[in-house]
Amino acid sequence: MKTKTIIEQTMKTTFFLCGMLTIVITFGIAVYMVISGIPAIREIGLSDFLFGQVWNPTGAEPQFGILPFILTSVYATLGAIAIGVPIGLATAIFLAKVAPPKVAAAVNTAVELLAGIPSVVYGFVGMIVLVPLVMNVFNLRNGATLFSAILVLSIMILPGIINVSRTALAAVPREYEEASYALGATKVETICKVSVPAAKSGIAAGIVLGIGRAVGETMAVILVAGNVANMPELFGSVRSLTMAIAGEMSYATGFHRNVLFSIGLVLFVFILLINLTLNLILKRGGAKR
Amino acid sequence: MNIIRTKDLSLFYGSFQALRDINLNIPEREITALIGPSGCGKSTFLRTLNRMNDLIPGVKITGQITCHGEDIYAHGTDPIALRKQVGMVFQKPNPFPMSIFDNIAYGPKLHESLSKPDMADLVERSLRGAALWDEVKDRLKKSALSLSGGQQQRLCIARALSVSPDVLLMDEPTSALDPASTMKIEELMGRLKQNYTVVIVTHNMQQAARISDRTAFFLTGDLVETGRTDEVFSMPRDKRTEDYITGRFG
Ligand SMILES: Nc1ncnc2c1ncn2[C@@H]1O[C@H](COP(=O)(O)OP(=O)(O)OP(=O)(O)O)[C@@H](O)[C@H]1O
Ligand SMILES: [Mg+2]
Repeated sequence: MKTKTIIEQTMKTTFFLCGMLTIVITFGIAVYMVISGIPAIREIGLSDFLFGQVWNPTGAEPQFGILPFILTSVYATLGAIAIGVPIGLATAIFLAKVAPPKVAAAVNTAVELLAGIPSVVYGFVGMIVLVPLVMNVFNLRNGATLFSAILVLSIMILPGIINVSRTALAAVPREYEEASYALGATKVETICKVSVPAAKSGIAAGIVLGIGRAVGETMAVILVAGNVANMPELFGSVRSLTMAIAGEMSYATGFHRNVLFSIGLVLFVFILLINLTLNLILKRGGAKR
Repeated sequence: MNIIRTKDLSLFYGSFQALRDINLNIPEREITALIGPSGCGKSTFLRTLNRMNDLIPGVKITGQITCHGEDIYAHGTDPIALRKQVGMVFQKPNPFPMSIFDNIAYGPKLHESLSKPDMADLVERSLRGAALWDEVKDRLKKSALSLSGGQQQRLCIARALSVSPDVLLMDEPTSALDPASTMKIEELMGRLKQNYTVVIVTHNMQQAARISDRTAFFLTGDLVETGRTDEVFSMPRDKRTEDYITGRFG
């Protein structure tokens, strides 16, 4: 009896400590980012930092404008969403509502595999196959462009969007769909007018998740985006927030290094906002039921 | 006048036979009640009448069903047109997660494009037809899920009426409702039969006796007995029917 309560207590404490640990780590990282990111922003000035168009950290008169990086991250993400969401949603609908079980299982396996591929492999394949292709098709001097990054990112966000949307679609009560059929709706009408709207908060969650993935992706884009600190153009080489940090951290020193932390802070705020949106969506979806 | 006739209708779920040689005529503008113990095939039979079983993989149907004299399973028959003609109300109220108005407008919008005032008219008529208009006329834009269970079920009836069917199939429409809501729906059915043919599945013998004109008793996939409700209940021809309605089994 007594040993039992001791084990019980020890386990409870262990769970509690582990739970606390995640909070402490997250909080610690947040505090660290703020402390090491703020000073450089102070010195440069927030608007010069966020809206400056020139990034030249090693010049005689260094300039630290990160607008090119911010816009690149935003455009790359929007582009990836524009391509990835329709394809992902259509695939999810196919898997949840149309495909015979065997076909669905096969497609599922492929999707899971896609999710498991390390991002450096996406980047590598993109660099070897996609970049030359883009160069030839669009007749460019260099195929490592924002466009290539968008293509790679849109494939990378597919599995997340597919999985989350499919789950949401599969959870739509069968009764809704039956009611629709009983009124003389076709399958397509039922899916578009009943199933998808009923699953919309889940689908939105999948999209936001995709946005988070695209904003945070580093390795794959480094290999296909060209890594030049230009204001972004669709067929020009670009550098995103994540690329700026990863690319320069290895050699940056002094103030330059501090600015990289400031970029990290900006990224951190981005992700924070995205996650807040996600929570909001999920909560609203949950409240309705 | 019989609006629906079935001839030697059998239905299989895979290799399991759920209906066996059913011959049943359903007269126009009357209420036909389907009774029988759980699992005897009442819902299955009901769903063959508007081809809802088409949606279940592995279902095989033999025999014939005619509606207005036309074979509804004949090659080239359009199940969409059939379902518009033969509406359905389910056991659990299942309004769409949309506004009350949109729930009713959903069906008509599938089949025709109406002007705004025409649509508003149609919505009002359908809601009046289901005796719900007075309770919801001030909150048409509110979510249908905010209604009570009984109101939701009447909304589902209104939704079925919105596409002007001839026949209404109801699968235990009051089994999820409280007695007061059940009363309302029974009253409503009495009025509906002036314009519609109603086929209702019910487990409630009093309900069947109260509202229906004809009763069909099913048992393990067979149609055991059918006739005028007062006759079936007062002097059943089959011993099994008598046992069932007197509550000796089922
Ligand atoms: N989709 C299905 N696949 C396989 N068998 C089914 C399916 N639906 C029903 N059945 C079987 O067919 C038989 C008749 O079922 P049905 O739902 O028609 O019964 P019911 O008379 O409506 O019963 P209840 O009163 O409980 O609603 C049952 O034995 C049931 O297990
Ligand atoms: Mg049933």
